[in-house]
Amino acid sequence: MTTTIAQNYRMNVVMAGHVDHGKSTVIGRLLADTNSLPEGKLEQVRLMCERNARPFEYAFLLDALKDERSQGITIDTARCFFKTDRRHYILIDAPGHIEFLKNMITGAARAEAGLIVIDAHEGIQENSKRHGYMVSMLGLRQIAVVVNKMDLIDYDQERFEAIQRNFTEFLAKIGVHPLGFIPASGSQGTNIAARDERTDWYKGPTVLEQIDAFVEEGAPTELPFRLPVQDIYKFTEEDDSRRIVAGTITTGQIHVGDDVVFLPSHKGSQVKSIESFNTNTRADAQAGEAVGVTLTTQIYARRGELMVRADEPAPQVSRRFKVNLFWMGTAPMVKNKAYKVKLGASRSTIQLVDILNVLDASELSSVSNKQQVDRHDVAECVLECPKPLAFDLNESIEATGRLVIIDNYEIAGAGILLETIEDDQSMLKDHIRDREMEWKGSSIRADERTAVYNHGAKFVLITGDDGVGKEILAHALERKLFYANFKAYYLELGDVMSGLDADIGDESRDEHLRRLGELARILTDSGQIFITSLSHVDDYDLEMLELLNKPNEIVVVHVGDNSFNTYAPSMVLPESPDPDEWVKKICDMLREKKVILQYSI
Amino acid sequence: MDHLQKLEAQSVHILREAYREFKNLVMLWSIGKDSTVLLWLTRKAFFGHVPFPLVHIDTNFKIPEMIAYRDRLAIKWKLNMVVGQNTAALKTKQTFPDGTLSRIECCKALKSEALKHTLSGEWPRQRMNHTTGEYELDTDKEPYTGVIVGARADEEGSRSKERYFSPRDKDNDWDVGDQPPELWSQYKTDFAPGTHVRVHPLLDWTELNIWEYIDREEIPITNLYFDQGDGTRYRSLGCFPCTTPVQSTARNVGEIVQELRTGRFANIAERSGREQDKEDEGGLETLRRDGYM
Repeated sequence: MTTTIAQNYRMNVVMAGHVDHGKSTVIGRLLADTNSLPEGKLEQVRLMCERNARPFEYAFLLDALKDERSQGITIDTARCFFKTDRRHYILIDAPGHIEFLKNMITGAARAEAGLIVIDAHEGIQENSKRHGYMVSMLGLRQIAVVVNKMDLIDYDQERFEAIQRNFTEFLAKIGVHPLGFIPASGSQGTNIAARDERTDWYKGPTVLEQIDAFVEEGAPTELPFRLPVQDIYKFTEEDDSRRIVAGTITTGQIHVGDDVVFLPSHKGSQVKSIESFNTNTRADAQAGEAVGVTLTTQIYARRGELMVRADEPAPQVSRRFKVNLFWMGTAPMVKNKAYKVKLGASRSTIQLVDILNVLDASELSSVSNKQQVDRHDVAECVLECPKPLAFDLNESIEATGRLVIIDNYEIAGAGILLETIEDDQSMLKDHIRDREMEWKGSSIRADERTAVYNHGAKFVLITGDDGVGKEILAHALERKLFYANFKAYYLELGDVMSGLDADIGDESRDEHLRRLGELARILTDSGQIFITSLSHVDDYDLEMLELLNKPNEIVVVHVGDNSFNTYAPSMVLPESPDPDEWVKKICDMLREKKVILQYSI
Repeated sequence: MDHLQKLEAQSVHILREAYREFKNLVMLWSIGKDSTVLLWLTRKAFFGHVPFPLVHIDTNFKIPEMIAYRDRLAIKWKLNMVVGQNTAALKTKQTFPDGTLSRIECCKALKSEALKHTLSGEWPRQRMNHTTGEYELDTDKEPYTGVIVGARADEEGSRSKERYFSPRDKDNDWDVGDQPPELWSQYKTDFAPGTHVRVHPLLDWTELNIWEYIDREEIPITNLYFDQGDGTRYRSLGCFPCTTPVQSTARNVGEIVQELRTGRFANIAERSGREQDKEDEGGLETLRRDGYM
């Protein structure tokens, strides 16, 4: 990498460690000793200390918020812009108090390298270890340790080395190998920006030199291509007819002409163009870029899917997986409760299925047999979603191997994906088994209804893209059956959403479908032929509806090109089917399936 | 990718995330360089389109060229332009220039209050009619629940603690001590009814980055930032009674970039020409907690 690029490179470095071990002081000193403060800032803070009769501290330069000045601790993570001859930095000052651990996480997650600050006098404390663990879990690879406040132990080499030994041993257990330990004093300026003869036994780098020695991590362009689809845009203003798949490439590279697959739907297409605004036309794009692509074919890929290249290793696709989860929520994570998960661009409901092991991150001692995940626990656990998610295992691709869990509107958990677990839809199957066991139902049996109604019950689902004539066909079918004295009823998902589903947002498509499936169970139990039409359903949607409608059966009639991956619809019709002709054919099929018993229609 | 490309990609990602998650989304456009860069990034994110309204809070004391520039770009880029104002305070002359309020109180009345009530829809919104080029009373009174703002972390202490997605409660209050975690490009996008969110796509940009980007992309910005021949220019734009130009002969974007890199402004705070910051040592933090941008 050339010097000019390095000078423009901006590296985020986090300062972590236990409360009061002097993180803010080290940063404050670094800024002051490298003339990185805006003119007048140092004088302004000195003056303020004088006015309030408080001794000046370098930390005050950072702890800019009123609350922090009065309590003398860092509450939230703060960012300092800083520059050396080598490159630009954002120094992230993370709070060391356990109460503010989620702020520390926020700070550390933004960094590509970290310094853990340990008070030489107090030695290794609970959050020195916890932060060490967190920093490694968050994916930071470059870590150095600053043993601060050396002045308080008279620059004692032996005590410094004891801390170095103990902490190296702890970090090794969690797979972290620090680049070095620096004996320093923020208040005295020892080994911050300049060497100090009081530590003449120390030959390693100063804090400033260590920061400059961190290596710039390039974008992961060599890994398989992954694009979590943030959105699909179709802006119609000014006759813009592009349908653009938008998102940020997390790993790999893509070129015009590449064959791509969207997961979990398994829909495939080819890249037609890479779109951008105010740039030249381009033929490729790579990790780190926020791009848009158009495809050669009209497929219905959804936002939240993972776009990958067909010629590269495929990601995992599963409902069930094992994660290492860190919990920050005030309420514990419990089983049998629906949480929301965000993984890449995908959103889903998720449940805690099993807790395998809970770790105390500061002691590395594990607790088994826990029934819930408490605040600040790190838990190895099994999670399950109603529909499969596409992801990578964290050990192979980090960016798509991580998730966060939302509880009560807040990000409450953060996890890395360890393992895919065989996916047999057990959660839904358990639910259906329980439901059927509980189901008391009517005293009239299904065969009695069939005898009186002269037909069987069925859930007829008409699928296909928007505008292929599904609704026309569905209405024609309902009308035909109804006037032939069949108990037929058409209802569309929109009607369910604005009524029964009014308590949940438009976004929760899985939940809308689940409720539709439950409704189908009730309507078919009442002996009716329940007809509905749905756009853009995939294999997983159909499997779910099929299960929910049990013990009754579903008949799927698909209009237009069959876009299912493995699911075989009962009947596939051409686009814009002639209703009269095709209603007749659907009736023939229903007759074959013994739904229609007589030959009157 | 160089540093500007990375910053651009991150901002675009945040803008798309905001557009995906919030139905009643708006962007605040102060006409200054930062929010104009934000507007440009929006066109990047949405491939030339600006798919949400832009809100400007007009204190009536803005430098007149700012308003002319705003309307010129609004027409050119077909922006959905919405303007709000504290008409009551202006009518009863409860302002700093009228001598009845301090600078901070005036900011609160003409900016914070006007913004709060414009966002909530309680006060009238004026929307540009692109057929006539005139502003008309907006019939849409729905509260805006997502507000995109051009705040940068390097501006001053309290802004360096902001999140990319920062929640505000019903009274627009910002709870600095209890902010949501943000990691792995996942932000707080789930909100209880009645609360709203400020989105900060420019948080990691510095003043220098802004100018470097304006230079690279050739973004049209108001010429108030350039020396008009008297050896002064504005470094930061606000209301004329409280904003003083700085001594500088920079006549174009390139000269400003040079001045910030190596010249006399390399170590002087950007907001040094903004008088309200000096009234109270925590002044801007107090204003921000109350909803100031």
